[in-house]
Amino acid sequence: MRGKHLLQLLLAALLVAASACGGETQDTAAQPEAEAASTSPTTRATTTTAATTTAEPPPTTAAASTTTVAPTTTRAPTTTATAAPTTTVAPTTTTEAPSFPVTVAGVEIPERPAAIVSLSPTATEMLFAVGAGDQVIAVDEFSNYPPDAPVTELSGFRPNLEAIAAYGPDLVVMSGNPEEIASGLEALGIPVLIHEAALSLDDAYRQMRQIGTATGHSAAAEELVASIQEEIAGLVERYADPDLGLTFYHEISDTFFSATSGTFIGTVYGLFGLGNIADAADPDGYGYPQLSAEYILEADPDIIFYGCAVWCGTTVESIAERPGWSELQAVRNGYLFEVDDDISSRWGPRLIEFVRLIGQTLQTLAEAG
Amino acid sequence: MSHPSTALEPVRLRWGWLLAMLVILLAAMVAGITVGPAGISPGQVIGELVGAGLAGRPSTLTSIQQAIIWEIRLPRVALGGLVGGLLSLAGASYQGVFRNPLADPYLLGVAAGGGLGATVVIAMIPGTGSVLLPLAAFVGASAAVALTYAVGRSIGGRSAVSLILAGVAVAAFFTAVQTYILQRNADTIRQVYSWILGLLATTGWREVLVLIPYAVVCGTGLVLHRRLLDVMSVGDDEVDSLGISAVRVRTTVVVLATLATAAAVAVSGLIGFVGIVIPHTIRLLVGVSYRSLIPISVVAGAAFLILADLAARTVASPAELPIGVITAFVGAPFFMVVLRTSRRYVA
Repeated sequence: MRGKHLLQLLLAALLVAASACGGETQDTAAQPEAEAASTSPTTRATTTTAATTTAEPPPTTAAASTTTVAPTTTRAPTTTATAAPTTTVAPTTTTEAPSFPVTVAGVEIPERPAAIVSLSPTATEMLFAVGAGDQVIAVDEFSNYPPDAPVTELSGFRPNLEAIAAYGPDLVVMSGNPEEIASGLEALGIPVLIHEAALSLDDAYRQMRQIGTATGHSAAAEELVASIQEEIAGLVERYADPDLGLTFYHEISDTFFSATSGTFIGTVYGLFGLGNIADAADPDGYGYPQLSAEYILEADPDIIFYGCAVWCGTTVESIAERPGWSELQAVRNGYLFEVDDDISSRWGPRLIEFVRLIGQTLQTLAEAG
Repeated sequence: MSHPSTALEPVRLRWGWLLAMLVILLAAMVAGITVGPAGISPGQVIGELVGAGLAGRPSTLTSIQQAIIWEIRLPRVALGGLVGGLLSLAGASYQGVFRNPLADPYLLGVAAGGGLGATVVIAMIPGTGSVLLPLAAFVGASAAVALTYAVGRSIGGRSAVSLILAGVAVAAFFTAVQTYILQRNADTIRQVYSWILGLLATTGWREVLVLIPYAVVCGTGLVLHRRLLDVMSVGDDEVDSLGISAVRVRTTVVVLATLATAAAVAVSGLIGFVGIVIPHTIRLLVGVSYRSLIPISVVAGAAFLILADLAARTVASPAELPIGVITAFVGAPFFMVVLRTSRRYVA
């Protein structure tokens, strides 16, 4: 009897193992970052109780960056070498004299912050892009860009008040809607800048400017915004051609979650006049519907932009192997393009890289006729 | 294993009900294949299936429409039927051996164990989901039930009640571990939840082929046990008096039903309530004899899940709803009704 059960178990395990070697199956889906899920208004501010009580210097454990307080040490942002020149905005005004205190989105910041904690990967990218990287002492666990950001165990998803306070920050930038954390920090006299997920390019630009003002780099932030705007305008002018009537499917995960034109990423595609097949599938306006496979086949988009390459292991090949997908125009023509999740789910300075990808894609299509 | 015909009064299979359920299943299959978000008329679908599929005439549909029918709808209906049938069969079998109307493989840890296995793969081994996930879910589900069995024995011998209590404890523990891993890997939450809520959305013939061996082995084994389940519903002593070990019967049935559920969960995610709702509905309709209950539950479960999946892809068309939401939405209120009407079991 026992032997028989064991045999059944073994047989079963073998069958699963054998079948698992086959190919693509269900899966599941990585997703826009935790922060991108929040859909509330863009910029909300929490005011500090009294400016006079603010900002202790950081505790001994995190004191490394205190040496950079002097305005003259403001240096070029630490964007990586791979980034195109346009994202690297060297502040021409190294003598920029920050006039503190400043009030940003209703938050009063008494003096130039020298111990910033960022709990949002997007805010981290913005801080470094405007040249405030030296003032940042700690960033959350998901802030993986730029590579020299001081990543810590801090969680922006489930922030821990005590852990944040232990860094002795004089400015905290966060996303999401952690009401009790914000008011807790406020009670400790720490200014908190809350940057909700952007819904439009203007939201993103506004946040970049606010980060600049709050950290004493407003001129650099203005330049950053201007350069992004300029390059986007150029790319759009060159490649946007709504008359072509091209359609696309933006895949967030391999369970066919997508993003409509109402989302931040959707508005970027919209700049180029591309038709989004997900728009028909979002009656309640949530923005991130799960499409059914047969709808995607029927819509037969010209281009597929896919994310989740890391978490889902999605590749051009795995898409072509999905049941029925080999019939799609985009698959037959090879118009499948990977989108880096970290870029498409944030609304920071690297959004220009995403816009460039769309531009290059359209150029490829134009060359192919 | 030996299958003596029992000396108990013969309760025949109720063919009328079985035929009626088969007709409903057929109708569900036709609906599942002909209706969907894509604008292909039922006539075109039938024409394609009969004309191109059976008679071998050239298809009148575009290649995309053909792919929708042959590679998306047909395997989805087939998989829905297999998963629904297996979950329902496993639920009915569990209820028989434990003499408890709440028993269901999910209750002994299948859901929590499978969920933990899937979460571990999604959160910790990125990019391997399509290969490892079904395997991990299967192993997690089976391991959780095995642990439940071991714990149940250590706390209360071999009684059904101690097993179910052990299942609650094991499920709570596995769920806690899963939640912890999710909290540490917040960026994978949506991926894990897609799986937890059940997904037939991305399936094809491959998943169907994976499931068929389990369906054959477990299905045959459990259907052959239907007479013994009738005896067991009276009491363990009655089974023992036939010269068969009640413990052995229970173990065999639990192993078969758990494997069936674990296999279904591995390819389709956690689809809840089927194993409770369907056997109870059938019990109300055809009576408590497992000779009728087991086969009819299989057919009804298959029909139910095909219809639930049809709802999942048409209600919010062209968006998908998670099928687990549909089965729970229908199942949870029904479960309350069952609790009210079957107090005699519970008491």
